Amino acid sequence: MNALLEKYGDEIRAIMKKYPPDRPGKRSAVMAILYLAQRENGFVTKQSIAEIAEICDITTTEVAQMIGFYTLYHDESSGKYHIQVCTDLPCAMRGAEEFLKELCENLGVKVGETTADGKIVVETVMCLAGCHHAPIFQVQGPDGIEYHEDQTVESALEVIKKLREE
Amino acid sequence: MAEHILLRHRDIPGIDQLNTYQKYGGFEALRKAVTSMDPDDVTNEVKHSGLRGRGGAGFPTGLKWSFIDGNKWPHYVVSNADESEPGTFKDREIMEGNPYQYLEGVAICAYAVKAMDAYIYLRGEFWQIAGKLDQCIQEMEKAGYLGDKLFGSNISIRLHTHLGAGAYIAGEESALLESIEGKLAQPRLRPPFPPAFGIYGKPTIVNNVETLTNVPAIISRGAAWYRTIGTEKSPGPKIFSLSGCVNRPGNYELPLGTTFRELIMDHGRGIRGGHKIKAIMAAGASSSLIVASEEALNTPMDYESVPNLGAQLGSASVIVIDDAISIPWLINKTVHFFAHESCGKCTPCREGTYWMRHLTERISSGQATMKDVELLHEVASQMKGKCLCALGEFSIEAPMSAIERFPAEFIAVTSKPNA
Repeated sequence: MNALLEKYGDEIRAIMKKYPPDRPGKRSAVMAILYLAQRENGFVTKQSIAEIAEICDITTTEVAQMIGFYTLYHDESSGKYHIQVCTDLPCAMRGAEEFLKELCENLGVKVGETTADGKIVVETVMCLAGCHHAPIFQVQGPDGIEYHEDQTVESALEVIKKLREE
Repeated sequence: MAEHILLRHRDIPGIDQLNTYQKYGGFEALRKAVTSMDPDDVTNEVKHSGLRGRGGAGFPTGLKWSFIDGNKWPHYVVSNADESEPGTFKDREIMEGNPYQYLEGVAICAYAVKAMDAYIYLRGEFWQIAGKLDQCIQEMEKAGYLGDKLFGSNISIRLHTHLGAGAYIAGEESALLESIEGKLAQPRLRPPFPPAFGIYGKPTIVNNVETLTNVPAIISRGAAWYRTIGTEKSPGPKIFSLSGCVNRPGNYELPLGTTFRELIMDHGRGIRGGHKIKAIMAAGASSSLIVASEEALNTPMDYESVPNLGAQLGSASVIVIDDAISIPWLINKTVHFFAHESCGKCTPCREGTYWMRHLTERISSGQATMKDVELLHEVASQMKGKCLCALGEFSIEAPMSAIERFPAEFIAVTSKPNA
């Protein structure tokens, strides 16, 4: 019984079709399946790790180390929506650090903390390829990733308000 | 430049729709290649065009294609859409605005190197772009530009997207191959190089998004036309990503060999807030700092001229630094980036970026003495030439050049340590 396969069977088969049908090809599907596995709760459970290992024909350690290495996978519960602000050099020269500080003050959290309602966690992120539209942040939520460019604290709070209503 | 060759969506609205792209000559290059040219002819045309890789290394594209090992099968094409260098945002605009020209380029490359499958590796943050490319690929399959029996031949070409998940190092080509194999994005020891040993150990050609977007134009209009743009050794158009302290940051498609001055002062409308330009980083965070002298501003931006300034053109991500920016603060930013993104596989980079980060932190917060600055330079020098991949080597460019070229700023920040 593999709950992931049961739930996302068609999607998993479509992913696996991209790669060669042999064992190394199966392993290639691990990244896309990890995204599926964290769709519901925002993080990958121990059970999902075991199921992915079975689907991709690798060990649970090999699945778990992917979650540790790549920053967009999570293995513990935090806010439903990750507000990830870029503060790398080009953005920092266009006010990103002040933006982040003010945003955190308005939300009453520090970087890395989740708001009391459990909905929003503010994080910093490395370059998002939007240096000409700083301040910029991305929202990582259950349905994927969305960019928000040329932001002010006011416009960011507006985005967050909408997320909370969802 | 009057006409955009790569950023064509700026001239032709709606070119991200298949029928509009078709109306403006789309897929004619792929048709021409598959129906009237041998794969080797395609490679030779690209070779003669002088196109060089736009991801940063500037390696001749046609020459790379000719290295594909013809004794091992199957062959693969991998396109590097992992754009993550601070200051670089060109591939994103191509894929959002002019996706079909890029995908046509990927397909032509697959034909030239006799690959049936091509993978497009997008950074995980490009989730929405991946969705868009998936749709475009479906449209192309429906219209007969991808799939089996292309244009009535026996050629099959399939394109697949593969999403990364947040790791700058995955943009390093051998780490990218590991990531497609579902492993940690850590660089491989080379040789063997990808054209001999790529994904699944099979011959693989890895090219950047912008590089492949040049290819349809080269096949349609010919290598001789392409060489009329740019310089003799660096032909063609290039997208310069301009960011930092300028009035109008953004992407500018200009011939290779355009001067820094024209890009920054004309296209970028000069330095913001009445400040003066102090330094230029030509290749994003991976750059050494160029002192913005008159001579530097008059230097053409091409692969041969920029090294005369003790720097590299790289992916042409031009970050402009004005006199209000502290250089010790700046290198603390870039070193933090590399320390965060170091994959941990090789010791010089893992430990070196860690110690550099501690030193730049102390220096930029005014708690250091000149001895710390000397130590930072020493740590960086010891890393030089010893890292497994370019990430480690790039991490020392900004701190070393900053100490050597802007010594006064380090003396100022360490003169009264506030322990």
